[in-house]
Amino acid sequence: MSKDYKDSLPISASRFMEEFMRLKRGSVSRRHFLGVTGLGLAAAVIARVPGLQGGAAYAQDLGTQMSIATWPNYHDPATFEAFTAATGVAVEVNVFGSNEEMLAKLQAGASGWDLFVPTNYTISTYVKLGLIDELDIAKAPNFSPSTQNTRFTNEGMVDGKTYALPKNWGTTGFAVNTGKIKTPMTSWKDFFELAQTEADGRAMVHDYQLTTIGNALVSLGYSFNSIKPEELAKAEELLIKVKPHLYAINSDYQPSMRATDAWLTMCWTNDGAQLNRDMPEIAYILGKDGGEIWTDFYAIPKDAPNKAAGYALLNFLMDPAVAVKEHIANGAPTTDSRVIALLPAEITSNKIVYPDEAALTPLEFGAAVTLTDPGRAELMARFKSA
Amino acid sequence: MPLAPATKRNLVTSALVAPAAAWLFVFLVLPFIAILVFAFGERAPEGGYQAAFTFAQFANLGSRAAAFRNTMMIAPVGAFLCLIVAYPVAYFLAVKASPKYRLVLVSLVVVPFWTSLLVRTYAWMYILGSRGLPNLLDMVGISDVRMLNTPGAVLLGIVYGYLPLMIMPIYVSLEKLDLRLLEASADLGAKPLSTFFGITLPLSLPGVMTGTALVTILLLGEYLIPQLLGGGKVFFIGNALVDLFLQSRNWPFGSAIAVTLVAVVVLVLLVAMRIAWRFAGTRQVDLV
Repeated sequence: MSKDYKDSLPISASRFMEEFMRLKRGSVSRRHFLGVTGLGLAAAVIARVPGLQGGAAYAQDLGTQMSIATWPNYHDPATFEAFTAATGVAVEVNVFGSNEEMLAKLQAGASGWDLFVPTNYTISTYVKLGLIDELDIAKAPNFSPSTQNTRFTNEGMVDGKTYALPKNWGTTGFAVNTGKIKTPMTSWKDFFELAQTEADGRAMVHDYQLTTIGNALVSLGYSFNSIKPEELAKAEELLIKVKPHLYAINSDYQPSMRATDAWLTMCWTNDGAQLNRDMPEIAYILGKDGGEIWTDFYAIPKDAPNKAAGYALLNFLMDPAVAVKEHIANGAPTTDSRVIALLPAEITSNKIVYPDEAALTPLEFGAAVTLTDPGRAELMARFKSA
Repeated sequence: MPLAPATKRNLVTSALVAPAAAWLFVFLVLPFIAILVFAFGERAPEGGYQAAFTFAQFANLGSRAAAFRNTMMIAPVGAFLCLIVAYPVAYFLAVKASPKYRLVLVSLVVVPFWTSLLVRTYAWMYILGSRGLPNLLDMVGISDVRMLNTPGAVLLGIVYGYLPLMIMPIYVSLEKLDLRLLEASADLGAKPLSTFFGITLPLSLPGVMTGTALVTILLLGEYLIPQLLGGGKVFFIGNALVDLFLQSRNWPFGSAIAVTLVAVVVLVLLVAMRIAWRFAGTRQVDLV
């Protein structure tokens, strides 16, 4: 007879709850509780992990929970567990498919987020609309401005003030299952052609105006950021022609690619790296005709209910020892040279994560105007409802 | 001075109705007034609402014609399929099932509600995805079957998700059916089929109409099932609404669509009631 896993636990679940209730009633001390439950030992072990030393940031009352808004498959779950173990603050993770959706939630008010992950081109709009505050850098001492690559991080500053700290940069290319699609692909022109032929019924585009419209524009030879009505009209024509051939319109494409329901998808660096790591037949390709280069940042909403915890998590994430684990799990390249120094060679030499400069040259950073342009917003909505 | 009995009764009635009325006023009437106001406004430059008085949003409704069409096609068809599947189940539960097991069987119909529809719909994504049923079909030589992200998958999800809402009202009306009427019909020489269409069906019509109206109305606002099983390609009005509020942040246009949807729902309800009255020959039909 096999041994039940419960037998090897330091304390039974019911006993744990009893002790917990005693602690809550105040009949035992916190020290007694941590001792009998084994949590004190666990916390001590975790606290020895470099980078987890709380320091000044944790001295104040952080409450018991906080909330972060971020992207699908974007963090190492262990990061939040370690943060909770170090601070006692549970982290609720909300996942979004587009910056527009994040903006909509913040505009509606009372999002409840204490930290969120906006992309470079949105930050000036958040500042303009008064939705985020200037950051108090002193509360994130782990952030090191001098080791940042400013090519990627300058959009975190608006009018000389810092509103957001960088998480990582990346690119928007496409992932293709080379076991299923034999034609070599190098451009967005190829993407939209094959989506209607060899990958008929197997291609996915993002549920996200910036990249779906932007890449359609690129495939037609226009700028990724165009808001010219006649160019947008051409892009709409292409998208509506392709739509019946698509497998889905969804920014969370990893499950479909992994199940091989989809063979071709618009894809961000981090997802491309994760897919390729687990399924080497999935290649990640940057359009030689263009595409997007981006940086995601951390920012704190003006109406965050628990700003102290928001800063604490921000500081925690800025720690190179934490950031390097996030990097390994997430796959997107870092802006911080301290983190690069800690990375294993197989990551720094991975061309999906750190592409050659020549591959980056045709790419464009998203422009702020695309976020609020009604023409692009309505085009995307028409494409989806067509 | 003691209150007159009638006054007292009125006071009690008011006290009992007041909480529900207040609730509906704050959470239904006020929000509806807000979207009515929004529907005549304009999209602010950064998205959201800005005050104006224009009919432009209503004039633009045509740009969502495909979503309206999808909803108006799939919702009634889905409700009809639900009805066809639900009726025999309800009939079995009410008439054929042994009274000993009836309670257990009826509870089983409700059991799926213990798990969120979201989770159950995700399960369907895996069943219909290429590692699910299409994979099994592939083993017996039927290859390259696409199930997920098709209108068929959305219909299947709808029938699955809404079936209990159709079974319950039909079951309730069939349970009240006097079985002696069926015996009398048989004694008088009616074949089972004509007994069914002459007696059982008309008597269960209130339940059928309640179930159909309930499912159709909920389907007109459906968002989740087309999103998950339609892959964002089979688009309902509910999906168009979510997009307008969460992606393009065009609140006035979203409000105009919401107002139109409410108008359509009211219309459907009125038509359904008309039909029910005509069939039942009385205005004593409990609908919804």
